[in-house]
Amino acid sequence: MSLGFSKISIKNVHKAFGENIVLDGLNLEIQKGQSMVIIGASGTGKSVLLKNIIGLLQPDQGSIKINGEETVGIGWNGKQKFLKKVGMLFQNAGLFDSLTVWENVAFPLLQNKSFDRKHAQRKALEKLSEVGLTSDTANLMPAELSGGMKKRVGLARAIVTDPEIIFFDEPTTGLDPIMGEIINELIIEKVQQLGATTLSITHDISSAKKIGNKIAMIYGGKIIWVGEVSELNSSGNKYVDQFIQGSAEGPIQMDFKHC
Amino acid sequence: MNPFASIGRTVIAFANHIGRITIFTSRSLYHCFTPPFYWRLLIRQIIEIGFYSLPVVGMTAIFTGMVLALQSYTGFARFNAEGAVAGVVVLSITRELAPVLAGLMVSGRIGAAMAAEIGTMSVTEQLDALKTLSTNPFKYLIAPRIIAGILMLPILVLVADIVGVFGGYLISIYKLGFNSTIYLERTWEILEPIDVISGLVKASVFGLIISLMGCFHGYHSRGGAQGVGAATTNAVVSASVLILASNYVITELYFAI
Repeated sequence: MSLGFSKISIKNVHKAFGENIVLDGLNLEIQKGQSMVIIGASGTGKSVLLKNIIGLLQPDQGSIKINGEETVGIGWNGKQKFLKKVGMLFQNAGLFDSLTVWENVAFPLLQNKSFDRKHAQRKALEKLSEVGLTSDTANLMPAELSGGMKKRVGLARAIVTDPEIIFFDEPTTGLDPIMGEIINELIIEKVQQLGATTLSITHDISSAKKIGNKIAMIYGGKIIWVGEVSELNSSGNKYVDQFIQGSAEGPIQMDFKHC
Repeated sequence: MNPFASIGRTVIAFANHIGRITIFTSRSLYHCFTPPFYWRLLIRQIIEIGFYSLPVVGMTAIFTGMVLALQSYTGFARFNAEGAVAGVVVLSITRELAPVLAGLMVSGRIGAAMAAEIGTMSVTEQLDALKTLSTNPFKYLIAPRIIAGILMLPILVLVADIVGVFGGYLISIYKLGFNSTIYLERTWEILEPIDVISGLVKASVFGLIISLMGCFHGYHSRGGAQGVGAATTNAVVSASVLILASNYVITELYFAI
């Protein structure tokens, strides 16, 4: 799938909170059209990495380029420029409590002033339909939705602007296996339709194998392994093997004991 | 434990906090005056702060005016100065009681609600979502609240002035037996524009303080429900203390001899 053009290029990124070093010279390249999944145990810096990429956090050092343009150290206006090409599905969907379902989905359209309210509503209903939600849900408030429905609405909002890049933060966390599978399939379908580049973070191995075509493992603030999904079970990396087997014995546990 | 280190840490933490509030305030005020403006959200906040606070501010004002008339009558009767009741009521209400009590009541009602709402947004990734959707939270969430606070508190205080004076009038006429015409004449004679204006200026400052404290503590809340609860408490306490402190400063500026 690689076309040789780095859509996202992360070089030597460092991030620490006080004395706690979370990212320690992390490097990662994501090619155009690739679906990269970053796996790793809780607390290894997956979310921090994602927040650095989308500009919610600022790296202490290093470079993050999106479409070849540096995003570290740019101001709000610069960030807005690249965020318009980006969609994001948050772990808890991140829906706005004070807005109805359709207003949540239409939010990026109304903010960009690319649609008036009436057309934005129509587009939101289309996207809701694409993620399997009927128009009956459009006027509900997020508090009235189940976890799976919230994820669907979050996905509809992430794809409503037809973004070039989509980020998924733990897309199946908190869902039952059936709903998790449905969300995985929706993600695959929508990403294929859009031809988008995606970066997902998860510790759900089955989800990672399903939605990704490339997998990277983060540990100790660095990417310690990158490979195709098909190579995951034969990576030859002790950390990866322990993680995908969910084994209590192995280098990851030993390191935690020393922490 | 080294006591100097402890004192030093406290001083640094305090300076850090003041610095954060200063930066937050300047960013907030900057975004109040620069486009885009979210008119729909501003109108929603104006209704929330102005309209829905009317009952609580009105009730506070009328009972305060009534008590003030009763108490001042009781005191002044000892010096045969009952005629001063009208003046005391109108000056106390317009200069001090209406702005301060309205400020404190709105702080409890609106400051707490702002901190809770923005705090919940902060701990449930809604603020992060706003940012990734190319929306500046300072423009979208904070500026409308601050503008509405600055605009609506003076209107609430104006209402409180009228209702408070009316409360004093009711007690003076129907309980203490004052002559209605003379009471109103004395009220008008003693009242000067500066009395009302100073109260309205105070109200604007209090509106700024309430909305800033609510937004600041909500925006920086961390740690789930407990963090949101702490943010709410801190918003109300800090706004109340700042209202009382700034009330003294403004009074000193206007009326110091």
